[in-house]
Amino acid sequence: MALVSLHDVTAGYGGAPILHGVNISIEASDVGVIVGPNGAGKSTALKSIFGLLKVSEGSIVFDGDDITNRSPDSLVPKGLSFVPQEHNVFTSLSVSENLEMGAFTRTDDFADTMTEVYDMFPDLKLKRHQRAGELSGGQRQMVAMGRALMSRPKLLLLDEPSAGLSPRYMMEIFAQVARINQTGVGVLMVEQNARQALGFATKGFVLANGSNLFTGTGQDLLNDPDVAKSFLGGHQP
Amino acid sequence: MNELIFFINKVLISGAILGSIYALGAVGVTLIFGILRFAHFAHGDMMTLGAFVSYILVTLLVAMGVTAPIPLGILVLPVAMAIAAVIALGIDKGFYAPLRARGSKPVVLLIASIGVTLMIQGLIRLFAGVGTRSFFDAEAKDIFRIDMSWLGATRDISITEPQIWMIGLTVVAVILLHIFLTGTRLGKAMRAMADNMDLALVSGINTALVVRVTWVIAGSLACLAGTMLALDVTLKPDLAFNIVLPIFAAAIVGGLGQSYGAIAGGYLVGFAETLAVFNWSAVLRPLNDVLPAGWSLPQNLALVPTEYKLTVAFVILVVVLLVRPTGIFRGAST
Amino acid sequence: MSMRALVLFGGLLLLVLCVNLVMGTPYTVRMSVEALALSIVVLGLNIQWGYGGLFNFGVMGLMMVGGYAGMAMSVPLNIAFWNSDGPMMLGRAILAAGLGAVLVVLAHQAKRFGIRGKWGTALKVAAWFIAYVGYRTQIDPAADYIEATSGFVGGLGLPVMVGWAFGAVLAGIVAYVIGNIALGLRTDYLAIATIGISEILRALIKNMDWLTRGTLTVSPIPWPTPLPQDLQADGMSIDHSFIVARLFYFVLLLILVLVILFLVERAYKGPWGRMMRAIRDNHVAAAAMGKDVKARQRELFVFGSALMGLGGAVLVSFAQIFDPAGYQPINHTFIIWVMVIVGGAGNNYGALFGAIFIYVVWVISEPLATALFTTLSGWSDQIGWGAIPEIESRALQMRVFVLGAVITIALRYAPQGLLPEVIGGKRRS
Repeated sequence: MALVSLHDVTAGYGGAPILHGVNISIEASDVGVIVGPNGAGKSTALKSIFGLLKVSEGSIVFDGDDITNRSPDSLVPKGLSFVPQEHNVFTSLSVSENLEMGAFTRTDDFADTMTEVYDMFPDLKLKRHQRAGELSGGQRQMVAMGRALMSRPKLLLLDEPSAGLSPRYMMEIFAQVARINQTGVGVLMVEQNARQALGFATKGFVLANGSNLFTGTGQDLLNDPDVAKSFLGGHQP
Repeated sequence: MNELIFFINKVLISGAILGSIYALGAVGVTLIFGILRFAHFAHGDMMTLGAFVSYILVTLLVAMGVTAPIPLGILVLPVAMAIAAVIALGIDKGFYAPLRARGSKPVVLLIASIGVTLMIQGLIRLFAGVGTRSFFDAEAKDIFRIDMSWLGATRDISITEPQIWMIGLTVVAVILLHIFLTGTRLGKAMRAMADNMDLALVSGINTALVVRVTWVIAGSLACLAGTMLALDVTLKPDLAFNIVLPIFAAAIVGGLGQSYGAIAGGYLVGFAETLAVFNWSAVLRPLNDVLPAGWSLPQNLALVPTEYKLTVAFVILVVVLLVRPTGIFRGAST
Repeated sequence: MSMRALVLFGGLLLLVLCVNLVMGTPYTVRMSVEALALSIVVLGLNIQWGYGGLFNFGVMGLMMVGGYAGMAMSVPLNIAFWNSDGPMMLGRAILAAGLGAVLVVLAHQAKRFGIRGKWGTALKVAAWFIAYVGYRTQIDPAADYIEATSGFVGGLGLPVMVGWAFGAVLAGIVAYVIGNIALGLRTDYLAIATIGISEILRALIKNMDWLTRGTLTVSPIPWPTPLPQDLQADGMSIDHSFIVARLFYFVLLLILVLVILFLVERAYKGPWGRMMRAIRDNHVAAAAMGKDVKARQRELFVFGSALMGLGGAVLVSFAQIFDPAGYQPINHTFIIWVMVIVGGAGNNYGALFGAIFIYVVWVISEPLATALFTTLSGWSDQIGWGAIPEIESRALQMRVFVLGAVITIALRYAPQGLLPEVIGGKRRS
C-alpha cells in the first residue's frame, strides 16, 4: 500500500486552480522527486498534501486515511512533516529551541530524537545555543530538516531543500535525504536541480502546467530523451 | 543632601512606579501584537477592569471583616488576576476570534478593540458611576520614611507600602515571564509563533492554545498593573484609558512583539516623564552660592511644564515611530 | 441613489421625526445641526479611509485645530492685548522660533558638510534642544505676561464664514505637516502615530492659555446667522426664537453640506477618485504604473483633514463656546470612525447616513437610558432594594456602551457598512 497518494487532485489558492488532476504516489521506501518548469505547480502539490491550500477535487490518502483538506496541526501527529522553501527556521530561537518546536506535538521524551538529529548534523550540535538567524543558509536548511524530523514523521515533505545553497551543501543535503530515507522515512521533495535530484530518487514526477507529464523511476526519467530534452537541458547521461 | 533626596523622591521612586505600570501594560500589548498582529487598544481598559475586580474582592473581604498584615488589594491579587484572565479570554472569544476566523486585517481588529474599549468604559461607569474610590477606606496606607539625617539631610525618603509592593511584584512578574518564555514548551512556542506564524502552524504548534495563553498572561498582567495603579493613586473609571498611549509608547520603544524590549521601554518612558517635568533648579540650588553676584538660577528649570507630563510620552511615541518604528533595541530577542 | 439608500434615509427621517415628537423641536433642530456639522467631518474621514485607505485616528486634533481657527478669526479683537507689550514679546518668541527652525534645518543638512552617523544625530538632537530652549526663554515670559494682563491674544473680529474657511485651511496645513512625516508608516503604526499627534495637539491647545484661553474657554462666539437673542429683540417669543434661529443655521449648513457632497462625489467618480481607489486597493501596482503614491495620499490626507477642520469650526460656532477641555477621543475621533464604518466606507451617502444615524443614536441613548433607569429605580425602590443612585451621570455613560456595541456588531455582521461602496454598478464584495 502506498504511503501517500494523490488521486486526480485539483487545487489552488482560491482563484483559478493551479493543479489539474495530479496523480502522485510513493511508498515508505521511496524518495520521490517532483520536477518541472517554473509555475508547473510543484510546490502547490506539496502544499496541497499538507493542507496549506484548498483541494477542490480529488483526494489525498496518507497511511490509509483520507487527509484531504485536513489542517496542518492535525497532520503532524499523524506522521507528516513539511519543510517550507523559505522562512523555514525560527530566526530568534536557538537551534535547540527550533528542534524542540518540531517536537511540539509529542508528549513523550524526545531527547533521543534530538541526539539522532545532532548525530546526523554535527554542525548543529556545536551551534545548538546559537540563534538560528545567525547561521549560514546551509546550516539553516539543516535546522529546518532537523526540526521536521523531531516529530518522527513517516513522510517528509521538502520544498526545494537545495534552493540558494552552494553545490557542496546541496550534495550534503541530498546525502542526508538519502540517509533519512534509509531509516524508513518516506521522502517527497520538489527540486529545481532536477538532474542531481533524479539521480538518487526512486520515483520521479514531471509536472507541467499543473498536470502529470511523465512518471517513472529517477533513472527512467533521466534516460528518457523527451524528459532530458525538455527539462534537463540537453541529452547527457 | 536635601536636593539629592528630593531627586530620589521625585524622579527615582516616581519613575520606578510609573515605569513598572507601563512595563506590565506594555508586555501585554507587545505579546498580543506578537501573536495576533494587532494593536490591542482596549488594554488600558482591561487594566481598569482588573482594578475594579480587585476592588470588588476587597470590598467583599472588608464586609466579611477580614484583616491582613498586607494591603487587602495585594492579598486578593491572585484571585483577581485569575478572574481578569477569564474575562480576557471571553473578550477574545466574543469579539476578536470571529474577526480573525474571517481573515480580517489588523486594522479591523484595532477598530474592534476600540469598540471593546468603549463597551468596557460604558459598563464600568454604568455600574460604578463616575466617582473616585479608594482601596484604603477600611485600612491605612502605610508610608515608610527613611530617615536620612545621618547624611545631614532634613528631609526623609518616603515611599508607601503599595509602592514597595508594586516594584517588588513587577520584578517577580518579569522573572516569572522570563522563566516561562525561555524555559517552558508553551513559552517557547509563543516566541516561535511571534517569530514565524506560518512555520509555527507547519510545525504542528497548537496555535489556538498559544493564543489562549497569550490572553491569560496579558489579562492577568493588566489586572496586576491596574490594581497597583489604583492602590498607588485612586480607582476611577478612566484610570488607565489615559495611560494606554504611554503604554503603547513603551511597547513601540521596545519594538512591538519583543517582551524584554517592552519592559525596558516601560521604564524608559516612565523615567523620561518624571525627568522631563523635574524641576532641576531644586537640585542645582547650591550653585547659587557659586554663581557671580547678581546671577541666580531661575525658579523653574523643568524641561517641560508639569501640565505636559503625559505629552512627553506621546512625543516619544511619535518620534520613535517616525525615526525607528522597529524600536530602539533592534536585534534583541523576542 | 439606490433603493436601499432611499429606504435608509426615509427611515432616518422617521427616526428624527420621532425624536421631535418626544423631545421637542428646539432639541431636534439642535441635534440636526450638530449631526450635519459632524457629517462634514465624516465626509472628510471617508475621503481618507474610504477613498484612500488611510488610517487617520487623529480626527479630534484636527477638529480642535479647526475649532480654534474659527474662534480666533471670528471673536472680537482684544484691545487690551494689542495695547500692551504682548505683541512685542510674542514677536520675539516668533523670532526665536524662526531662528530655532533655521538651526534645526541646518542640522538636518549636516550630511552635506560631511557630518554623518552618530555626530550627525548628536548635532540634530543638540539643534532641536537649543531651538526648544531658545523658544521657551522667550515664550514663557510672554505667555505669563499676556495671561496676567490681557487674558489672551483675542480674535480678529472677521466674519464667521471666514473663520470657517480658515479652520479648513489651518487643519489642512497641519495635516500637510503630519502627512509629510507620518504617511510612510504601516497602517496600524499610522493609526497609533495619529492618535499620539492628536493628543499632542490637544495638550498644546488646552495649555496654551495665552493663545486659546485653554480651560478658561472663549465665549460667546458669533453666529453667521441671527442669534435667538437678535430675534427676540425683534419681538419674537423666546420659544420661537430658538427654533427659528437654529433653523437658519440649519439651512445654511445644509447648503454647505450639499455643496461639499456634490464636490466630493464628483471627485470620487472622476479620474482622480479612480486613481485614489487604485492606490488604495494595490499601491504597489499603482506605484509601478508611475503614480506618486505618497504625494497622492498626502492630497487625500490634506483634503480630508480640511473638511474635519471645517466641521470642527462649524460645531464651535454653533456651540458659541470654544472649550479645549471638552474634546475627548471618544466624542471626536472614535464616534467619527463608527459613523464611517456603519454608514459604509467609500460611499459618501453612506457616510452622510452614518453621521446622522449614529449621532441620533448617540444623543437619544441618554434620555432613553434615563427613562430606563428611572423605571428600574422605581421597581427596585418598591421591592425594597432602594433607588439607583446617580441616575443622571450613569445614564450619560450608556451612550458610550451603545457606541462600542454598535461598532463591534457592525464589524462582525456588516463590515461593508449599511450603504456599501458601489463600484461599476456593483457592490464591493
